[in-house]
Amino acid sequence: MAEQLLKIHQLNKHFGGIVATDNVNLAVEQGLIHAIIGPNGAGKTTLIAQLSGQIKPDSGEIEFGGHSITGYNTARRAREGLARSFQITSVVMPMTLLQNVMLAVQGTSGHSFRFWAPVREDREMAAAAMESLAAVGLDDRADRIAANVSHGEQRQLEVAMALAMKPRMLLLDEPMAGMGKEEGAMMVDILNSLKGDITILLVEHDMDAVFSLADRLSVLVNGHIIATDTVDNIRNNQEVQKAYLGDGHA
Amino acid sequence: MNWLPQTISGRVYTAVLLILAPAPFVFEWINQPFYLDLLSRALILAIAVVSLNLILGFGGMVSLGHAAYIGIGAYSVGIPSYYDYYNGWLHLGLALSISAAFAFVTGAISLRTKGVYFIMITMAFSQMVYFTFLSLEEYGADDGLVIYSRSEFPEWLSMDGSTSLYYWIFGLLLLSLLFVRRLVHARFGRVIVGSKFNEQRMQALGFNTYRYRLVCYMISAMMCSLAGMLLGNFTGFISPDMIGWARSGELIFMVIIGGAGTFFGPLVGTIAFVLLEEFLSLITVYWHLIFGVMLVALVLFGKGGIDGWLSLLDRKRAGNG
Repeated sequence: MAEQLLKIHQLNKHFGGIVATDNVNLAVEQGLIHAIIGPNGAGKTTLIAQLSGQIKPDSGEIEFGGHSITGYNTARRAREGLARSFQITSVVMPMTLLQNVMLAVQGTSGHSFRFWAPVREDREMAAAAMESLAAVGLDDRADRIAANVSHGEQRQLEVAMALAMKPRMLLLDEPMAGMGKEEGAMMVDILNSLKGDITILLVEHDMDAVFSLADRLSVLVNGHIIATDTVDNIRNNQEVQKAYLGDGHA
Repeated sequence: MNWLPQTISGRVYTAVLLILAPAPFVFEWINQPFYLDLLSRALILAIAVVSLNLILGFGGMVSLGHAAYIGIGAYSVGIPSYYDYYNGWLHLGLALSISAAFAFVTGAISLRTKGVYFIMITMAFSQMVYFTFLSLEEYGADDGLVIYSRSEFPEWLSMDGSTSLYYWIFGLLLLSLLFVRRLVHARFGRVIVGSKFNEQRMQALGFNTYRYRLVCYMISAMMCSLAGMLLGNFTGFISPDMIGWARSGELIFMVIIGGAGTFFGPLVGTIAFVLLEEFLSLITVYWHLIFGVMLVALVLFGKGGIDGWLSLLDRKRAGNG
């Protein structure tokens, strides 16, 4: 068995009377694309938010790269190599694509208490940023303002920013959300090209995308993981079909 | 001519600086010392406004308490002078260190809040400073404190005389403008600007935004205390009236008139504010009313302030050409 990069033990989160995360145990192996699927309101985004540090779990432990990161804040987790993208596009809209990605490079390359040298003259940082833009096919639009590019391109920018952090693991929260067919296919290609290099935890609604990308699947229903297995086994799992995929799907 | 700035706004700002540079000699020549006084006061405020613009315009932190730092700077001159300590470096050191310390403590608390709460809490802290000075009977309380002599510096840096003081002010203003410009384009500034637009994303990128914002708040406070230090020397008299929350509000107006988040907007905004105030009050005793209406109109319709209008002209010209 390959090394487990991310381990979640007994994670619980309640919002008032609602159980958002119910005793979740999960291990993500190094180098794989691990997808989490589940119906709306199953608690996927809440789970991602706990992994990235935006929400504190009520109880449980998150282990990353061999040590607990449960007490770390978002920024520290990011610097440890756990990068996330957002379900709702979250970039710095008035900045150019290049400036956005350069911020991502900057965030993981030492502190930023530097008050004098202009960032735009930092060739090394610009080169690293261009590399990430090229990886998602945006390098020809580097100087466009983020607010002025298409929704699909903003989603690609999200991924480029996450990549630029040189993460050990990517948390992707619905990277295909709101994308057209072509854009979605392009995103699948991009993610496929990363396979093996970066461990990815993927939350996605688009089942075709999930089935073509994922090495492992976990099914989340009502905050609880009811099954974790290979894609084929999940497809044939009776319980999963009943709970989620529906009878007509199989 | 290639050495000319290419944009209209660039030309206007260059012209403003070229007019400001020889101002003392011009006013002496036409024998109008009053105008030098007016301009000195405007440029002192401009330093405070440039400092406020750093956190408000670039950082999105709307502080309604910046006048407190003018007060700290002014009393850093006034109180030592009261005990016959006139050493300028002492005044400067006190202004910078006390404002930094006060900004560290109050910023650490204020920056845990957002939006209206941040506005209210910065105002509350500045009113604390106001009432503290108001209650200090020893230092004049609400009667204020007279400063009999200016801060003493080496001969070549002397503040004595209105011309040398003017160049102190002008020099520190230029330094502030340059510093803010460098800062905003540097790594630190990128974090500050990014946090204004999308703090959550900045955190997800690995930035501890709270720390960066706190340091930015402290830098701004220290710059503002320089304005206070100059103001104490300029007026030779300080009182709590100079630092009430209404003054903090005026500073915000000056930022907005000039254009928040622009490099030269605060300077032209402050000059416009001070000149308007001065000349409207000459025309009629009801000038507050006219001034108020103008400010409301500006906030409603004047998006981007003076800097915004100038770049609009630039865009029109680019469109035609």
